[in-house]
Formats: sequence, C-alpha cells, structure tokens
Amino acid sequence: MTVKEIFESMDYGPAPESAAEAFAWITDNGAAFGQFIDGGFTPARENFLSRNPANGETLAELSQATQGEVDEAVAAARKAQPKWEKLGGHGRAKLLYAIARLVQKHSRLFAVLETLDNGKPIRESRDIDIPLVQRHFYYHAGMAQLMEAELPDAEALGVCGQIIPWNFPLLMLAWKVAPALAMGNTVVLKPAEYTSLTALLFADICRQAGLPRGVVNIVTGDGAVGEMIVRHAGIDKIAFTGSTAVGRQIRRATAGSGKALTLELGGKSPYIVFDDADIDSAVEGLVDAIWFNQGEVCCAGSRLLVQEGVAETFYARLKARMAKLRVGAPLDKSIDIGAIVDQSQLDAIKTMVEGNDEGNLYAAPVELPAEGCFYPPTLITGLSPASKLMQEEIFGPVLVATTFRTPAEAVQLANNTRYGLAASVWSENLNLALDIAPKLAAGVVWVNGTNMFDAAAGFGGVRESGFGREGGWEGLGAYTRPKGKAKALKKAEPNAGEGGLEAGAFDHTAKLFVGGKQARPDGGYSQPVYGKNGKLVSQAPLANRKDVRNAVEAARGASGWGRTTGHQRAQILYYIAENLASRAEEFAARIDAMKGGRTAGAREVDAAIRRLFTYAAWADKFDGQAHGVPIRGVALAMREPVGVIGALCDDAHPLLGLISVMGPAMAMGNRSVLVASEPYPLEALEFARVLETSDVPAGVVNILTGKHDALAPTLAAHMDVDAVWSFSSSDISGVIEEASAGNLKRTWVNNGQARDWPGPEGEGRAFLDQATEVKNIWVPYGE
Amino acid sequence: MSTTEKQRAAQLPQKMEPRNDGMALDLDWVASVQANTSAIERRAKTLPARRSVKKDHQAAWLLRAITCIDLTTLAGDDTAGRVARLCAKARQPVRQDILDSLGMGPITTGAVCVYHDMIAPARAALEGANIPIAAVSTGFPAGLSPFHLRVREIEESVKAGADEIDIVISRRHVLTQDWQALYDEMRSFRAACGEAHVKAILATGELGSLRNVARASLVCMMAGADFIKTSTGKESVNATLPVSLVMIRAIREYQERTGVRVGYKPAGGISKAKDAITYLALMKEELGERWLAPDLFRFGASSLLGDIERQLEHHVTGAYSASYRHAAG
Repeated sequence: MTVKEIFESMDYGPAPESAAEAFAWITDNGAAFGQFIDGGFTPARENFLSRNPANGETLAELSQATQGEVDEAVAAARKAQPKWEKLGGHGRAKLLYAIARLVQKHSRLFAVLETLDNGKPIRESRDIDIPLVQRHFYYHAGMAQLMEAELPDAEALGVCGQIIPWNFPLLMLAWKVAPALAMGNTVVLKPAEYTSLTALLFADICRQAGLPRGVVNIVTGDGAVGEMIVRHAGIDKIAFTGSTAVGRQIRRATAGSGKALTLELGGKSPYIVFDDADIDSAVEGLVDAIWFNQGEVCCAGSRLLVQEGVAETFYARLKARMAKLRVGAPLDKSIDIGAIVDQSQLDAIKTMVEGNDEGNLYAAPVELPAEGCFYPPTLITGLSPASKLMQEEIFGPVLVATTFRTPAEAVQLANNTRYGLAASVWSENLNLALDIAPKLAAGVVWVNGTNMFDAAAGFGGVRESGFGREGGWEGLGAYTRPKGKAKALKKAEPNAGEGGLEAGAFDHTAKLFVGGKQARPDGGYSQPVYGKNGKLVSQAPLANRKDVRNAVEAARGASGWGRTTGHQRAQILYYIAENLASRAEEFAARIDAMKGGRTAGAREVDAAIRRLFTYAAWADKFDGQAHGVPIRGVALAMREPVGVIGALCDDAHPLLGLISVMGPAMAMGNRSVLVASEPYPLEALEFARVLETSDVPAGVVNILTGKHDALAPTLAAHMDVDAVWSFSSSDISGVIEEASAGNLKRTWVNNGQARDWPGPEGEGRAFLDQATEVKNIWVPYGE
Repeated sequence: MSTTEKQRAAQLPQKMEPRNDGMALDLDWVASVQANTSAIERRAKTLPARRSVKKDHQAAWLLRAITCIDLTTLAGDDTAGRVARLCAKARQPVRQDILDSLGMGPITTGAVCVYHDMIAPARAALEGANIPIAAVSTGFPAGLSPFHLRVREIEESVKAGADEIDIVISRRHVLTQDWQALYDEMRSFRAACGEAHVKAILATGELGSLRNVARASLVCMMAGADFIKTSTGKESVNATLPVSLVMIRAIREYQERTGVRVGYKPAGGISKAKDAITYLALMKEELGERWLAPDLFRFGASSLLGDIERQLEHHVTGAYSASYRHAAG
C-alpha cells in the first residue's frame, strides 16, 4: 500500500516486535534443553517440542524428565535447603533482589520468549506479565528481609514441589518461587509442557544471580513428571496452579502423606454490572476480564450478570466493542487477542461452544489469521443458570451472560457455582458495591475493575477454586510452619470397665447437641462410658452419618452468625466462660473421674475458661489489612468466616480440646460441627448445656459423640462443609484429606502429631488463620 | 451569501454531515450519565500500548493528523503579519519535497483558529485556499463578559467571515449543575452562529470531575453544538486522554440515540507526533473511522505540526530532523 492509500484507508498496518534476540537465545542453547538440576543443565534429549501456537513453528526440543532426574532434583533441593535457610533473611533478600534486577534487565527477552511460546499478545507479556514477575521478586526480597523480625516463630517447610500452568508461565513461576525462596525453602518446579522456555531462561538468570546450586531446580515434561513430584517422598509441600480436575487428583494423591498443599484452581468468575454503573467502562472492563490472555485466565470474568434494565444497551455496546478487537499475530503490538496456547485447547473451546444450543451466540466479526490457533471473541447471552456454559470453565475468549433483577438476586446468581475464585462488581454506588463484595463467594473481588494483581495482595480462591493464598502477608503461611519439633500422638483409649449403674444412682441421659437442641442419635445406639475406676458413668450416644447430616444442616442454617459483629460474638463467648466458671467444680470433678487424679480436672477447666476469654478477646481484634497496592485505591484484605467447620477434637482433653476449636471458629463467625473426644465424650455433652444457657444461637455449635474413624469420612466428604479439622488420636488424617477432594474443602489435620493443648500451641493466630478466609477487595477510587 | 462565501462553504468539510440541530433538554438522560474515573484512566493508559502505527502507516497517519489540525494563534501580540505567516503554513504545512517523497498530493491543515480581530487578515491570507477560519468567541477564554456582548461577539465574527465559532461555556452552570442554564446559553450561541459551525469549549480542566465533563458534553450536544472541544488552551490542565475518552463516549451515546454525529476537538497540550497518533487511534477505536476526518475531528494545537514535520522528514531520510529545516508558522 502506498502512503496515499493508507492516508485514505487509515489502517493500522503491521507493528511487529522483533523476535531476533529470543531466537538467538534459543539457538545459543542448541535449541534443545535438559533439566536444570543442582545449578546446571542435564544433557538434552529430544522428547517433545515447544511450539509457537501462532504459526505452529517449532521453537525448541525439550526433555521429559525421568524418575531418576526428578529424584536428583529433589535430592539437590534437599541438600541445598538447610544452608539456604541458614543464609538468613538478609542473605536471601540480596539474592531475590538480584533475580528481580536481572529479570528487569532482560525484560524484553523474557516478554518476547513468553509470547512466542504461549501465544499471548506482546503488549500483555511486556506490560503485565513480566513487570508483575519483577514485582513479585522485589516484594518477596522484602519478605525475606523481614522474616526473622516479623515471623519469629515460623520456619521453612523444606523442599517445595511446584507445578504451574501454561497461561502465565513466568508469572506463575514467580508467584511460586519468590515466596518459597524468601521463607527459606528450596524448590523443584515443573513448568507446563507447552510453555517451558521462560522457566529455562529463568534458570539461566538464577545462575547469573549467583543463587546457590540446588535452591531452584526445574524439571520439564508432561503430567507424568508432575505426578512424580506429587508422589515424591522427599518433598514437604506441593503448590499447584491448574485445573480443578488435576487439583482434585493431587489432593487425593497427597492425602495422608503429611505434605502441605495449596491449590489455585479453576473459576467461573461473575462480572456483575448494576444499572447505575458507568456502562462504557464496564464494557471496557470486560476486554480486560475475558479477552485478556485469550480468556485463558483462571480468574477471568467469564460469567456476565447484568441488571435487567440496562441489559439490552449493555449487550449492544459490548458487541460494538467486541467488533473492534484485533485478533492475530501475538508479536504484533496492535493485537488485542493472540493465539490459543495449543491446538488441543482450541479444540476444547470449540467443542464446548458447539455443544451448546441455548441462548444467542455472537461471534465478533473480526479477521482471524488463516493459520495458527485463533478463536474469535464470543458472547453468548440468554443462558440459564443451569446451562453447562454458565457452570463450566471454558478457558477461552468466550463470555456467557444472563440478567438479574435485584442486588440479592445478583448475589444469588453469582454464588450459584462450584467455584469461588474472583468477582467483579460495577456500580457507582459505594453503598451497593461495598455491600455486595463481602457477600460473594470469592477470594478476590474487584470493585469497578477487573484482573488487578499485585504481590502485596493475596490471590486465591474458595470452594473448588482451591485453597491457600499467593502474595501478601497472607501468602507466607503457604511456605512456613511453626517452629518446633512435633511429637507423635498416641491413640487415646477409653477406660475399661464393666457393670451397670451404682445402686441408687440416677440414670443420666446424655444426648447429642444439634441445632440448639438435645437430640437422640439417629441410629439409636449408645455406648457405655466408664470412669478411671472402671465403674459405669453413663451411656454416650453414638452418632452416625445421618447425625452428621443433621448437624451440618443445622450449622448451614445458622448463617446469620457470620453477619453478627465481633463485639456480639465476644459477649457470647465471655458469657459461656461465665456460665462454665459457675459449674467449674462439677466439670473438674467429672474430668478427674474420667482421667484419674485430683488436680488435672480443675486445671483443664481453668484453661478452658481462659481460652474462651482469649477468643472472646480475639473476636473483634483479628483485623484485616489495607494492602499497599500500586494503584490509586486500596486492596482490603478482609477476614471472613470460612463457613461450616467440621472438627474432630482432641481425645485427651475432653473439655479444653473441644473449646479450643469451638472458640476460634465461633469468634470468627463460623458455625461448627464438633466431634467430641472419643474416649471421654460426656464432658462435651454436658458442656452443651452450658451453651444452651449462654445465648448461643441454635446451630452455631453442634456437638456429636461417637467413633472418629466412622464420622470423619462423612464429615470430610460432605459438600456443604467448608473445612475439616482433625486433632483426633485416631489415624484419620489421610482419610479426611482424601475425602475432602470432593468439594476441595480446606483441611487442617494433625498427621498423627501431638499438640500441647494447655500451652500456647493450643491457641492463637494459627487457629484464627484456619478459621478465616482472606478476601481481597480491590477498591480503586478517584473522582 | 456572496459567491465566494458560497464556494467556500460548499468546500467546507462539515457539509458532508448533516448539522446537529440539537434536541429538547433531557434531564433524565443527563442524570443517568456516569463516569468512573479510575476505570477511564486505566483505559486511557493502556490505549497507547494497544495500538502502534509504524513506518509508511505512521507517515500516512501523521499526514492525516495534519489535515485535522486547527492551526492556532491566540496571543495578545498577534498581528496581521503573524496571522499571514500562520495562514501560509496552513496552506503548505509540509515541505513539498517531503510530500513528493511520500507520493502525496497537496494537503492543508483543517482550519486556522484566531481571535475576532484577526479574522480579516486571515481571510485575506487564505483567499482561495478553502481553509475554514475558526474564531474563538464569547469572551474567550473565561466567558464572563456580559451575555448580550458574548452573543454579539459571535454575530460580529460570523459577519467578519468566520466559518466556525469556538465558544466557551459558563463553567459555573456546570459547577452548580444548572443544566437548564447551560442548555439555554448554548442554544443562544448556536442560534447566533447561523450557518457558521459552533464548537463548544467545555474548559474541562475547570469542571471538577469527569462526570461533569460527561454531562456538560451531553447538554451542549442537546443544545446543538457541532463540535465539543476540551479546553481553551489557557487552563492549567488542557486536553488529556481520560477527558477525551469521556467526551467521545458522550458523542457516541448521542449518536446512538439521535443518529447525529458530533465532532470532537481536543485542544492544548498535544504537541508530539506520537500523541497525535494516539488520539487518532482513540477516535478510531471508540468512535470509528468516520471520525478520522476534519469535519468531525480537529486538534487545537500550535506546536504539534512542527513535531510531525520532523517525524515525516525522518521517515523519508532515515535521519532525525531539526526544526529549523521546516518553514516557521
């Protein structure tokens, strides 16, 4: 075209970013890569290809790691870990800072390589991915520096196995590696098979930064290599970002292994537009929500919910905007949507969309390149909540939409999903936006915005979007554990005995406590409980799965508890303590009768009363944070109740063990289903009578007695339970973790390790963290 | 109308588009307009990175930008000689050899923009050039002279031969949300303009919020503005991308509802060739290609042309240029 012709047509024309340096880097490395283990590369094998999805060209040959290589990587990480941790916060900070600087110095090389390998537009890799990578290393250099002062009781977990997806290859590496290293861990990381190149360039950067050998190890390959990492006995923690299906497999595979686990999984995040929103800005926001990174974003605002009155206008403007999107060569600087990562993903998107026969489909009339993996921006309106496409993640540039009438209905539709990763709320009414944000089941909520990320604000989900947070202070828990040596927990056995009630004694009827009422066990079975002296004390009900069902239903029904104020909850916890204190002697005597001796009972009751005070104190003091994110605005890290917590209580302390889990759960606004000490169940049921007189709303606390190994699987598999804790001396940690995979609920189990319940280990922030979810609500502002 | 006037009017680019006759003031519509500042700023910030125009395309876009410039002098020391020089530059904004190298025919700027007293010298200097003369009016830049004199000023300027009148609105009507007063004022100005086209200068830097900018834009269009324009160039903050985004979205909504296309003129602060391309891309993305022509888009700028000339010479020769190599305006 001549200048004159362009003057008339005003086309954009091509604006390609050069790939020469990136190709030179690949060629300099022989266009074939081995594993990065113990500070060096193993010889390359030609097992699989890394391709450019925009044109199908081969970029490099990659090696599928063998079991032997994974073993070597884990061994290198293990060997390096103690020295790395002992290097100290400042020593680690200097190296993380060096990495941040080096990523910055080679930022364009990283960006171009990422775009070649993944297909995302160069604008995004250049302006979003790589700057965020730098930011994560800078931020966590700071966390390493502050660790000793700010987290004096925390230590590294050890060797972390990290498995990351192909949608943000280097960014997900940074999210995983930076906090792990900062806290003194070493890592074995597997990038996704489609997108290994920037991880391999990062390995190069680690060497340039002078990172000690073995601190970072990178193994390449497909899911089989991931499985080797997941099942490796030499790994202390698994961090995974990827699909919910694989996350579930990993949860099952690691169950009972004692490995720590964090999962950042899929989503079907709602994008809610109220009728008072800035409509044009909300339309533009969708470009950053679902047409960012080709829609291959776990937290993509993929489910549009528009208030009925503005829906037609909104759809019309949205379609006009979609028609302006430019799809094409990812290295072109004027491209909005690049290539889908691989043919298989493109096929998956096509299959899902073609399988839908509901609603109205609008595919934007944009030009697509003749070759390569491309898909047009697509909108499907008029879907019902039951539609498959409203429920399942498409992971492509496809937006589905429906309408709502009222704010309450918006919340109901938004939460009508198995996922809970992110959400956007658009409204110019601050009252409305800040009312809706806390009601959404999500780990991240953006008010009048979308897809904002920063190292200072935790990211992660609830429900089947996984558990754990990455970023911020709240993310450090995923890479640390409390200092101290754990002791094995012995199985607590009930007292042996025989015979019936003593002559003249009253029969004492102990019942389960469900929904604020005393309830007979559904099965109609009880078991005798004997005192230390071998004499019968009473019969204790044996709860079964239906009692679990009833208790969970009662707990779910008591959702109002989560909306009470911390002050209200504190008053009730103090009142429970007061009422327990007035019966202290009687409780103490019963404990002594069960456990023998004359003083332990009184000490336990006293400790229980103190503990209730502790959590009454915490109820209005476990504050969230306002994170300093680099926008004009705030990211509010709110502490929200987890929901319904099922807990199998300590066996050895029949009262203190129960109160130690009830306290934090209640204080933070949760409802709980507590399975009392198995050998000493009666104390808990007696305590229920204290609860009855202490203004505890029905269903907030439910107490069952029975066999832990019988009740744990039901509780852990229950889809309406949000978290399960176990401090039982029965060997049920593995069973719980395995069964929790159903809805991917959070678990906190003892792995057969003892806890000093009367001591400081029996209370405090660890419990409060487990009793809360951190939700980051981003509120940009400005007039 | 005299023959020359008719001729000139017939060649005015505005004649391609039916004029905006306005409509009754719709206060419900005005009240419903929202502008979320942080979201608008994000869009404005990413837009330049989303669209990049290179090589021949860049040269072509810069030439187009020139045709959309209201080449402006609004200084207390303007003289007939100064205005004549400006008009010569408007007739031949780019050195002939550069145009020849680019294979381009002759181009002119979109208009020249002067104060009332400079209309006559400008007319003389532009004789036969088919370049419209825009006059700033209504007590420019503050707009606080007596109302009847502001109306009278328009009439005088039209009589003196101005083809376009750039009026300033009373900012106080916006700041006090007196939309009826703003509408009535704009209506009167529009009526006084007669056949001359009217650009409404909102002085966005003095309106306090983007929401006010959006609402004022809409009210001026309802009252019959042919163009809406950001600023006088005399405020401390002039044309910005966020303000532009708000105003052109208002134009888009007005067109959606009425079918009428209103023009847009960012003024003040646009001095780099790269900025000009960003603005053109903004118009193309948000409003469409129809708005890339001088009848619907103008830059109010004085130093922009110089930077574009240097860029064009660089494009032709491959060597960076110097300002003294291009004719002064």
